[in-house]
Amino acid sequence: MKIVAICGVGVGTSGILKVNAERALDRLGIEADVTATDVNSLRLVAADAQVILASSELVGRIGKTNADVIVIDNYFDVDELTAKLEIALG
Amino acid sequence: MPLPPLPDEAIAIGVRVPDWRAAVIAAGDALARSAATQPTYTQRMVDVIDEFGAYIVVAPGLALAHARPGPDVLAEGLSVVTLAEPVAFGHPHNDPVGVVVGLAVTSSDEHVQFVAELANVFNDARVIPAIAAATDAAAIRSLLGASAAAEELE
Repeated sequence: MKIVAICGVGVGTSGILKVNAERALDRLGIEADVTATDVNSLRLVAADAQVILASSELVGRIGKTNADVIVIDNYFDVDELTAKLEIALG
Repeated sequence: MPLPPLPDEAIAIGVRVPDWRAAVIAAGDALARSAATQPTYTQRMVDVIDEFGAYIVVAPGLALAHARPGPDVLAEGLSVVTLAEPVAFGHPHNDPVGVVVGLAVTSSDEHVQFVAELANVFNDARVIPAIAAATDAAAIRSLLGASAAAEELE
């Protein structure tokens, strides 16, 4: 299972999303590799990803993908992340 | 990994700004005052939002202004600006923004560890409104669990 968290520059916000996605996955008891990256590297990094986590602002830049794209409103809300990951992976 | 130091120079409370651009510049000025960055980094933080939109507004009321590592980042840095009147960044859910946190990192790798610490702090939903309401730098440091001086990190 591979999950990719994206942000505009690949440092900072995607790192927060990665950390909190890992916390959400722990709660769900799901093993997954979460990678933080920037939108420009996404095509390479996310080629084999099942899930892409992004802000609504960045969804339009993701392009064609077979992964489930999950839009996160509040990056610090582990409840939101848990609920949305559970729907996507459940 | 602890947060970078947050000296008084890196904190500005109750700043009045006309728009998001001025709010980000205030966070960049605070990073530069604390000697974490050179002024060009401030413009690069603005450029990120011009290019990618308001995704840096990661939670209701909070913007995490940042740009890529670069030669204009002199040290890992953190700044906090609270706004007298919150401004809109153009985020569909998290506007208006009353707290802007500026981040500067020297490398992408180190960064993930210190943002993990930021996540620890901000995962408590009470922290953002408490920072917005804080009236002195010491209160903001205490809410973030940051220290004023670099030597305390040793």
